[in-house]
Amino acid sequence: MANWIPTWLHRLGSPPTFYRFAGAVRPWALTLALITGAIAAYGGLVLAPADYQQGDAYRIIFIHVPSAWMSLFIYFAMGVAAFIALVWRIKLAEVVAMESAPIGAAFTFITLVTGSLWGKPMWGTWWTWDARLTSELVLLFLYLGVIGLFHSFEDRRQGARAAAFLALIGVVNVPIVHFSVNWWNTLHQGSTVRLLGPSHIDARMLWPLLTMMLATKCYYVASLFGRVRADLVAMESGKDWVKALAVEETA
Amino acid sequence: MNQFLQMGGYAFYVWTSYAVFAVVLLADYFAPVFRRRRNLRDVRARMARQGARRRNENA
Repeated sequence: MANWIPTWLHRLGSPPTFYRFAGAVRPWALTLALITGAIAAYGGLVLAPADYQQGDAYRIIFIHVPSAWMSLFIYFAMGVAAFIALVWRIKLAEVVAMESAPIGAAFTFITLVTGSLWGKPMWGTWWTWDARLTSELVLLFLYLGVIGLFHSFEDRRQGARAAAFLALIGVVNVPIVHFSVNWWNTLHQGSTVRLLGPSHIDARMLWPLLTMMLATKCYYVASLFGRVRADLVAMESGKDWVKALAVEETA
Repeated sequence: MNQFLQMGGYAFYVWTSYAVFAVVLLADYFAPVFRRRRNLRDVRARMARQGARRRNENA
């Protein structure tokens, strides 16, 4: 068996190593996110044809749907990190779980606002208590609950464990959001893009959508790594490597 | 160009959506950048305080 993989993972789990690793990866992830995001926006706003029913209003899809995918993906990632944090008590997993929450909340917020801005001209209403919309709103409250619970403890590791537990319970909401359009007869439309089988969308509209998905994924990495770095410095503030770093940055 | 900006009459909805997307992610990206710098500044301040105390004890 390849022994270096567990060794490498173990080393990567140590705060100073991960701090450096994250610092090296972050600019590349951000650059990739900006480039693919710009290409996707150009493809979506300029190259893609107008929709035969919705005209140009449908162009909101190119940010609404990737943001919605990210709101679920980040919750799932946070749940996995929370599980690892609770079972193996790995500090880095705690940090990853807690620092994922604000990014997920940001994407969920974008999803709700852009959905509202799309719903007004198409459905005639900013908001409706439809299954998809309601479960997505619950997702936002779960993120805010995790963030709030984490910060409400004097001891940060205790707070992280309590919040990780809440995050883990909240994972049940992820399939509810995803399947809400199939389980209930809702105003919100069903999935347009499918992993299995053909997508119900023109190729000229599909590629900007998938490119934006890639951009938001890269953005998540960039944002998460920036957040983890900021947090590691605070968490390990008494350690020598942080002190050395603090001195180094003034010079 | 003007036609592009009008978005077939949906300019307000489309551009507001893209603006929200950009502004929220920009804020999300820069918040930890400042937080990390502030945290390191706190570490430096504490080291300075501890250094001063140690010098006083030795005097």
